[in-house]
Amino acid sequence: MPNIKELQDNVIQTRRDILRMVHKVNSGHPGGSLGCTEFFVALYHEIMELNEGFDMDGINEDLFFLSNGHISPVFYSVLARKGYFPVDELNTFRLIDSRLQGHPTTHEGLPGVRIASGSLGQGMSVAIGAAQAKKLNGDAKLIYSLHGDGELQEGQNWEAIMYASGKKVDNLIATIDLNGKQIDGATDDVLPMGNLKAKFEAFDWDVLEIKEGNNLEAVIKGMQEAKSRTGKGKPVCVLLYTEMGNGIDFMMHTHAWHGKAPNDEQLENALSQNAETLGDY
Amino acid sequence: MTKYVDQGKNDTRSGYGAGMTELGRTNPNVVALCADLVGSLKIQTFIDENPERFFQVGIAEANMMGIAAGLTIGGKIPFTGTFANFSTGRVYDQIRQSIAYSGKNVKICASHAGITLGEDGATHQILEDIGLMKMLPGMVVINPCDYNQTKAATIAIADYDGPVYLRFGRPKVANFTPVDQKFEIGKALMLNEGTDVTIVATGHLVWEALTACENLEAQGISAEVINIHTIKPLDSEAVLKSVKKTGCIVTAEEHNYLGGLGESIAGMLATRYPTPQEFVATQDTFGESGTPAQLMEKYGLNNKAIEKAVLKVMTRK
Repeated sequence: MPNIKELQDNVIQTRRDILRMVHKVNSGHPGGSLGCTEFFVALYHEIMELNEGFDMDGINEDLFFLSNGHISPVFYSVLARKGYFPVDELNTFRLIDSRLQGHPTTHEGLPGVRIASGSLGQGMSVAIGAAQAKKLNGDAKLIYSLHGDGELQEGQNWEAIMYASGKKVDNLIATIDLNGKQIDGATDDVLPMGNLKAKFEAFDWDVLEIKEGNNLEAVIKGMQEAKSRTGKGKPVCVLLYTEMGNGIDFMMHTHAWHGKAPNDEQLENALSQNAETLGDY
Repeated sequence: MTKYVDQGKNDTRSGYGAGMTELGRTNPNVVALCADLVGSLKIQTFIDENPERFFQVGIAEANMMGIAAGLTIGGKIPFTGTFANFSTGRVYDQIRQSIAYSGKNVKICASHAGITLGEDGATHQILEDIGLMKMLPGMVVINPCDYNQTKAATIAIADYDGPVYLRFGRPKVANFTPVDQKFEIGKALMLNEGTDVTIVATGHLVWEALTACENLEAQGISAEVINIHTIKPLDSEAVLKSVKKTGCIVTAEEHNYLGGLGESIAGMLATRYPTPQEFVATQDTFGESGTPAQLMEKYGLNNKAIEKAVLKVMTRK
């Protein structure tokens, strides 16, 4: 059984990391990062089967691909606190000569990152390729990926969605962060995407929903269910309902914090809502 | 001049197919992807012999580039196959982020490059692909000249760790390089030594350069002919050594003069050994429908165009 208290401590500490990282450089994307914090913590601490250390090929371990690379703060925090690189390095986020680029990259050799992402819509294809490499290698471990809901407006996703079911890539769990928001406003106002569950099902994916995407126990239960549905001839899609800016009252229920950092006063307020747990970097 | 014999006309894309057949038998990590152009890319034998190592992605080139990047994670060496236009311009950002910037060991193999694609017309005749690909940091760009060299290049790039753009064509052309010639990435090949002018050619224009050289010899002009199959990294030393002897240069390629081999050489010479240069290339234009020979004539890409450029550049010494 997962130790929910310990995982919740990780969630709160990662929220603090995200806020402090973007505040320091007055740039970055806190909104989506905070919305996906429970998902990342659950994935790396409870769901994925990982080897010690980092190897690019990731043979005999589960792999994760972040397609919506702008939520790098949550990715970096969780990777660091999982031990992929020193937690102190979070101090270098978006600074010159850092391995923690604005968007994740393999180019600077940051352990834990297997593909560059940032230009949207490319991650599902990469995840599919890695899944097919696993099959060729007789490797039974799984591929996980995360995509923004607005990101699905990029057409390459639909090429990939069609391919994954057509070619029975059933060792892939692609999660969609359904926060209903993008830079210019509500997804329904920018470009309504209709019923995503029906769309994925029409493309012959096995779809499950996690309605409480910011409830750790619900996320763990949902992802375990997703895992149990792999290997049955269909790729698995998780529709993860999240709240952008979750855990900080003034950042929730708005798209305003998609790509904006808090000022000194806002940071203090936000941190006061999330008291230090594992220790700040 | 050194004599070169056409061993029988063949298409460079068939050289790619033959190279893939050999790789299928010798390198278990090589996998092939194709976007609904198996017949055009001549890879049916690879598919028949290694069905589990072939990925038919359908008409979805962006997805193909991403899948290729993903396949490298796990140790595969993916070779993507489609026309040059759909291998580059259509998927530039996918190549840039998921392959080049991510440093993935993907071989982007592009058939039907240039104007000799012929009757299909300008929508399919990309004349900008060398420029697009050479501008990507870390990308190797190769344009072999005939069937034998394309086969050798295909086999050689599997042993190189990093992204490569391999460009070849549709029409049957003279096959004259030795069947057993080893392909070295980035190493220019001296085809004929001369003293009056340097002709540096790539791809289909190499045979045209040899024909031009023969015609020039009859006029008493001694042309040095170099086959540059690798545009990036450029064999600068081979070019410098030659122009220091001849004092002028003609570059010849089936590509726009903007962004092509000629531009790379001009940039290099400008900083190291300024030399009069003429460009045999398309002049910032789209192509059109026609036979390959008609198009090469109309757009100034054949041996006659090279001869004319030689006579002009020699007056500028």
